[in-house]
Amino acid sequence: MGIGKYRPSGRKYGPPIVSCNDYPEDGNKIVPSLREALILAGLKDGVAISTHHHFRNGDLVAGQIFDIAAEMGIKDLVWVPSASFECHSSLIKYLENGTIHHIEGSMNGALGRFTSEGKMKGTGVLRSHGGRYQAIQDGDVHIDISVIAAPTADPFGNATGDRGPAACGLLGFALADSQYADKVIVVTDNLVPFPCVPWHIQGNYVDYVVVAEKIGIPEKIVSGTTEITKSPDRLLLAEMTAQFCDEAGIIRDGFSFQAGAGGTALSIGVFFAEMCRKRGIKARFARGGSNKYLVQMLEEGLVDYILDGQTFDLEGVRSMRENPGHVNTSPFTSYNYHGKGNFAQYVDVVILGATEVDIHFNANVVTHSDGCLLHGIGGWMDCLFSRCVILPVPLFRDRMPVILDEVTTLCGPGELIDVIVTERGIAINPLRTDLIEKMKTSRLPVKTIQQLKEEAEKICGKPSRPKFTDDPVAVIKWVDGTVIDTVFKLDKLR
Amino acid sequence: MDFHSEHLAKAGNKEEGIRSDCFVTLELADSGGIQLELVSKVESMYGESILTLVHKVLDFFDIRHVKILLEDSGALPLVLAARLEAAIKILIKTDKEFLLPLIPENGYSTAPDRNRISRLYIPGNTPHLAINAGIHKPDGIILDLEDSVAPEKKYEAGYLVRNALRGIDFYGAERMVRINQVPNGLSDLPFIVPHNVNLVLIPKCEGTEQVRLVNEEIVRIRKLTGTTGNTWLMPIIESALGVMKAFEIARCENVVAMAIGLEDYTADLGVRRTDEGQESLFARSMIVNACKAAGIQPIDSVFSDVGDMEGLRRNALKSKVLGFEGMGCIHPRQIRVVRDAFAPDEEEIDRAKKIVRAYTEAAEKGLGVVSLGTKMIDAPVVKRACKVIDTAIALGKLDAGWKDLS
Repeated sequence: MGIGKYRPSGRKYGPPIVSCNDYPEDGNKIVPSLREALILAGLKDGVAISTHHHFRNGDLVAGQIFDIAAEMGIKDLVWVPSASFECHSSLIKYLENGTIHHIEGSMNGALGRFTSEGKMKGTGVLRSHGGRYQAIQDGDVHIDISVIAAPTADPFGNATGDRGPAACGLLGFALADSQYADKVIVVTDNLVPFPCVPWHIQGNYVDYVVVAEKIGIPEKIVSGTTEITKSPDRLLLAEMTAQFCDEAGIIRDGFSFQAGAGGTALSIGVFFAEMCRKRGIKARFARGGSNKYLVQMLEEGLVDYILDGQTFDLEGVRSMRENPGHVNTSPFTSYNYHGKGNFAQYVDVVILGATEVDIHFNANVVTHSDGCLLHGIGGWMDCLFSRCVILPVPLFRDRMPVILDEVTTLCGPGELIDVIVTERGIAINPLRTDLIEKMKTSRLPVKTIQQLKEEAEKICGKPSRPKFTDDPVAVIKWVDGTVIDTVFKLDKLR
Repeated sequence: MDFHSEHLAKAGNKEEGIRSDCFVTLELADSGGIQLELVSKVESMYGESILTLVHKVLDFFDIRHVKILLEDSGALPLVLAARLEAAIKILIKTDKEFLLPLIPENGYSTAPDRNRISRLYIPGNTPHLAINAGIHKPDGIILDLEDSVAPEKKYEAGYLVRNALRGIDFYGAERMVRINQVPNGLSDLPFIVPHNVNLVLIPKCEGTEQVRLVNEEIVRIRKLTGTTGNTWLMPIIESALGVMKAFEIARCENVVAMAIGLEDYTADLGVRRTDEGQESLFARSMIVNACKAAGIQPIDSVFSDVGDMEGLRRNALKSKVLGFEGMGCIHPRQIRVVRDAFAPDEEEIDRAKKIVRAYTEAAEKGLGVVSLGTKMIDAPVVKRACKVIDTAIALGKLDAGWKDLS
């Protein structure tokens, strides 16, 4: 259909109207256990249950939900996480025994492999963070029960992520769930008397509060890549990317940027900071995921605000708690395509990763070149609407070329992707004549994407494509809820 | 796949964290044909091409009955072929070599006086480091067969270095190999000399004999294989005796640069190596003086703390002051620091520009005497200024068209 062509009509989805008369007069919504809360919330065959991923690989709650459901003999649940991690591989047994029918969210690592092998009963759905908000808001996804793990909460259900033993920073990914799910359960291991301030989740949306012994493993919650890369090849990529931004005139007083969590992206942030310091300029805002390097920039006055979607390390959590310039945001404010604008559109430059890119600048972020689902989309798709999208990627990983004739799975249309930076050359999208003009006198190795592809093939050889069956295992939703691509079951997988 | 025989050969690496490499287990048999098991992380992309290559190699060595387990972590064809050949040659004695094409990019030769400010050491048996070495733009890349290769891996490293010299694009860096200490190092030469190695480093050099042996062997191999071009030599002085013989060594045929290795030198002296380098001042000065007297380049030792960029910078600046013209690097991130430290600074460049201009003007006017202000300028001063300008241009510190720009 084309980008921006699909215009929705109708009205947003509305959860059921309730009356405060049906809730405890004293505001105390505590129930004795998660099991009871789930039963009260109407746990039964076929319902959709959502969780957030702010605890990343240290999540202790999602697993418990399905342990309880399996014990009760409940079948065909739909799990709607905002993202999945390796710790959720334990749910494979519930996908196998029919407790969970399918996943709408992301299928990472072992879950991805399981899906690609065609073993999931239903068809998976992958959405971006913004796409998830859109889908819930528009009613594409109906959540029956949302379970929100909260590092600190009060008996009314107000909850925050910035303090408590399992502090994770913020709870923005659970915002849509709190607003639109039929029933909302907050689970905390740090109950405080009313009011819990600040409240990232408003208790007015919450049905039940459960106090648990432990909801997350702190050292695994901050398990994003938190150090800049030591790999000389990646540092070179980061340096080339930063230099490109500089020469393209992006690094100027009042600019804005977003860099992801990987080691290369972190290093680019560090190079940006150095440029600002040297020139005595500062950025107006940086979009998180935040980390200690971004926090340093904030505290050094090199950036006015961090508009943060998730915190990747403890410094990020501390800063969010202490610094009014470190602002918690949500997929609603940052990414929602069916909203009255979103922050991602106004970012000057965004640095993203990709598993594959093709000669038309299309990119893939969910499957690897062997055809296997491996990653979620995260905010990746939503960020493509920023003013300049740069993908620093190695020309090849071991022997796997990253630039191909055609991506295995389309996640980002080429018209939104401006620059591919590899260690052996930089390709600028022909649509960006302005950038091409600016880089005419650059000493950076600017090449065509075709040249880069050929260079990779010269080194690695021409790759064969993975073989698929005709059975779809997952669909990839675009930010407006339309299907952008389908992932098929692998024909052969070692 | 089960292996039973004692005639088993293994080559390559497969430990955790190994990338772009492979591990071959090979057993010759009398019957049963070719039994091949491939375990590869790139099987969906390159499974067929790997099998084709394996069959080609087996065919080349006339192997009809064999069991092979190939465990591949994303090795390039030149790595696969090197590992396979190494394993085969453990069991079969033959002079035949399975050579992949020498890529056209690798056909260049180097001038004896080219810049050798930064030269990057790459362990000779670690393919993933070699593949991307050139992108960091060192002046030279050293594929090391000596200290960075474990004794039990020396054998297979030769094949890998040979294939790397033929198949990896070094993007214009001088293609160097550090051989093992002579006499053992002489047997490394057939792996590299016919494959357009530009320069051979001779470690632990203590006299002219070692250099002569290497040079003669190179000449012999070149003749035998019809190899053209030059193979320069860079002896490394690593002992008190070597230091005393420095000048003689520097004057040997085809020697274009001489380096000092301070870890072994300080050990030989029985002193601790310090950052200040007081203990090696004599040796370093001897090397510089010997090289200058012989008209070749003096090259300083490596700086071993890869995390300490500031220490490296101080060290490199001191080297430059002593008269060294370059340093070894053991990590790509050191290259820029070394290059910047050895590069002429702005004051040097300005002065050199003035001298060259004055000289050019004087020459145009047909004046025999060149002066700058009230100072007379001698020919060696002009020569040095030209060298500063050339280096500044090569390092991107000065635009090549500087004369027209100002």
